[in-house]
Amino acid sequence: MVGSLSRATSRSVSGSAEPLFTGNDWDFDTIRRIHDACEAVAGPELGLSWYPNQIEIITAEQMLDAYASIGMPLFYKHWSFGKHFAQHEAGYRRGLMGLAYEIVINSDPCISYVMEENTATMQTLVIAHAAFGHNHFFKNNYLFRQWTDAEGILDYLDFAKGFISRCEERHGHQAVEQVLDAAHALMSQGVHRYPRKKRPDLASEQRRERERIEHGEQIYNDLWRTLPSKPGAVRSDAAAERRRALLELPQENILYFLEKVAPRLRPWQREILRIVRLVAQYFYPQRQTKVMNEGCATYVHYRIMNALSEKGQIGEAAYLEFLQSHTNVIRQPNYDDRSYGGHNPYAIGFAMMQDIARIAENPTDEDRAWFPEIAGVGDGMGVLRDIWANYRDESFIAQFLSPKLIRDLRLFHVVDDPDEPELRVEAIHDERGYRRLRRSFARQYDVAWLDPDIEVVDVDLEGDRRLILHHKALNRITLQKDDARRVLQHLADLWGYDAVLKEVDPATGSVLAEHTASARPIFF
Amino acid sequence: MHIVDRRLNPGGKSLANRQRFLRRVKDVAQRAVRESAREKDIKDLGKDGRVSVPADGVREPRFSRQPGSGLQDHILPGNKTYVEGDRIERPPGGGGGGGGAGEGGDGSENSEDAFQFVLTREEFLELFLEDLELPDLAKRRLAVVESEGLRRAGYTVTGSPANLALTRTLRNSMSRRIALKRPKPDELAALEARIAELREGDPALPDLELSLELLRERSKRIPYVDPIDLRYRRFEPYPRPVAQAVMFCLMDVSGSMTEHMKDLAKRFYILLHIFLTRRYRHVEIVFIRHTDRATEVDEETFFSSRETGGTLVSSALVEMKRVITERYDPNDWNIYAAQASDGDNVSSDGPTATELLRSHILPACQHFAYLEVGDENGPRAGFVEHRTTLWRTYEGIAKSGGAIAMRKVNHRREIYPVFRELFGRKDARAEAEA
Repeated sequence: MVGSLSRATSRSVSGSAEPLFTGNDWDFDTIRRIHDACEAVAGPELGLSWYPNQIEIITAEQMLDAYASIGMPLFYKHWSFGKHFAQHEAGYRRGLMGLAYEIVINSDPCISYVMEENTATMQTLVIAHAAFGHNHFFKNNYLFRQWTDAEGILDYLDFAKGFISRCEERHGHQAVEQVLDAAHALMSQGVHRYPRKKRPDLASEQRRERERIEHGEQIYNDLWRTLPSKPGAVRSDAAAERRRALLELPQENILYFLEKVAPRLRPWQREILRIVRLVAQYFYPQRQTKVMNEGCATYVHYRIMNALSEKGQIGEAAYLEFLQSHTNVIRQPNYDDRSYGGHNPYAIGFAMMQDIARIAENPTDEDRAWFPEIAGVGDGMGVLRDIWANYRDESFIAQFLSPKLIRDLRLFHVVDDPDEPELRVEAIHDERGYRRLRRSFARQYDVAWLDPDIEVVDVDLEGDRRLILHHKALNRITLQKDDARRVLQHLADLWGYDAVLKEVDPATGSVLAEHTASARPIFF
Repeated sequence: MHIVDRRLNPGGKSLANRQRFLRRVKDVAQRAVRESAREKDIKDLGKDGRVSVPADGVREPRFSRQPGSGLQDHILPGNKTYVEGDRIERPPGGGGGGGGAGEGGDGSENSEDAFQFVLTREEFLELFLEDLELPDLAKRRLAVVESEGLRRAGYTVTGSPANLALTRTLRNSMSRRIALKRPKPDELAALEARIAELREGDPALPDLELSLELLRERSKRIPYVDPIDLRYRRFEPYPRPVAQAVMFCLMDVSGSMTEHMKDLAKRFYILLHIFLTRRYRHVEIVFIRHTDRATEVDEETFFSSRETGGTLVSSALVEMKRVITERYDPNDWNIYAAQASDGDNVSSDGPTATELLRSHILPACQHFAYLEVGDENGPRAGFVEHRTTLWRTYEGIAKSGGAIAMRKVNHRREIYPVFRELFGRKDARAEAEA
């Protein structure tokens, strides 16, 4: 925050360009001029690349609509969205909650919704932030490139909406609602965290089989036959091994597992599971890049607004208005502040981006020691573009959180161990603490670390078909009992038979808790 | 770049979601609505449809970690005094250092345990009046409730001149004229002009005159409007359901009716009015008050003024009969009547009232409800329940097959249940009893 203000005062207004607007009012022509002016900065000066922009002006009510359907312009119908709408609406009407200035969608063309009540300055800020900052990030970050299909998402959502409403007509609202309820409960267990192994085709399978036999013939030694063995045990082990391999177990994507394997689901129910799973997968990169995405967009809007102001394209009043809302956005209250509600991704993201640009352009000795590969290379923007393309929050923080920023934020690490009577301060912003702090801070942004690690481990297909799941209780943190029971109930309903969830301490292998559920006859 | 203005798009995009949500919480919402009807003034009914739903029904469970179990790490900003190895006393309430550190599952349960939302007036009344039905409507729909109406039904070749469809007729005429190549007036005029220009003896003249003659002949033979062009608007009669209702409020205003009793009656009337306005496009109300004389009055006088005198129920019935004959033909109107009284009547009036009801009023009415309003404290304990004169009279009618519904009400909390009893959907009630 301090950085941003000092930078603001040292800027020089040298430009004599025509201001883009005066006062608060705007029309479509103004928006077009603003967009073109931002484009002129984002392209040549910042070197960004983006999907074509589509800017849509919406009202407050439409913004609430968009909130209710997780920001997407079209979505299938479900009661939970109605609930969120009522919640947001009540909050908004009572003045407890302000609405976002914009929502941006990772699609090609990139759609940014901007509110009609924004002033001209805010529209400039919002266009710089969303239509260029977020847009660049969506187009270039490896997670989005790998996992999301920006061109196809709107078509897919259209298909999903149509499919689910046809299902409702054919099978009744209730039947569809029950499947959706169950699928939503398992939504965060419905993502692939790693690219999956490609299934081998028949030809390569045959080739590998031949090679295996040849290899076996080469190393054949009749002596091995004489070794004593326990025939029964070996065979059953092999059978279990084979069964698990066929079912791709252990499997952490529970929705995928149910879609492919659950024995009693009908085709349309599987398709609904698939829809929910793909939507979850689409949003998964956003969860992993909150800090970077917001940091990137905030840094871009900050650069663009300053450039516009230097050229004289926005006036003094507008610039002050921008600074005010900018500092609001990147405010990070201290832990003992009443308004503290966790880390503000905008604040951390923006501070880190500025810090990285500083390291690249004028590094200190400390920076040279810590970041030899980027310190002093000169082209701050180039370094940032590379980082935006190739990192996610966890790796980004683990690599680029500098000692200077740790000192500025005065971070410290507190451990809450239930076996000890008091909390313990594990690390602070000193020489001993930097690396440990950075490591544990990065881990707080590792989604795979934050989400409970639950896997389908086995199923007794020949016996009672009971599905067995394990939760690897990291640090012996167990699941919330009530919710776990409910979700497991949904899971058992989809599976069609009993399901058991064991919470296992990965360190010792002991079972900390166990939940069971039997299928209710609601789907069949 | 495109700029799209979405502001004019139709709103209510998540209406379908809201309907699904309401269906989900229907039971709870309905209970809340009925409760509020009992507590609140009926006048304000539906104005503030705030409904609180326990989180259980609308919980969206997810696997989440139990806060406060196991070993938890918190990274916090703004360290002032701590150094490594310091011990901090656990803050009260269990949570982690610095108040929970904003972990995902933290406290989400508490904030959810009573979910509040607001119903619109429409939604409120929908829930409020659900499974109520207008009594005996089916029977009358066939016999009386319908009247004939006329509606447009295409065109016909015969009809009265008043129904001539000019546009259609001229369209036909034009296509016929084009098809038969009737010469146009300006063609004729042009030819005439050319003949006038030519001098006498011009060799082209006879030819031109001949063709002019032919054209004139042709336009005479092909009339501008022919009888086969004529089209008339066709109307066909269809049965039109009567979409209007009149509601008669009869009330005894003699000295024995206390304010409390009038209040009860008023509440009942308002409920009936809300109900009728939901079912009919057009509802009129007639207020008739009576002592030993009956007059039709406006609402204000009906509820506020007080009269002295005896009680003669038949006078109100006579007045109602007069109003019906004058203004509300039972063929065109659905007639509902609700009578409120404390039950006093001159005993000699019984036979007159019975006769009036049986032969004039009841056949004209869709529904006749008698509401006997009592003291707030109810029938005094220890006494055998006293049956009033009027109650006995009406009971006689009901027993001999008259369509009259009767209830006793002492307290205002009983109004809504009684109303539901009177108008509850028959099959729903049968199911409930089964």
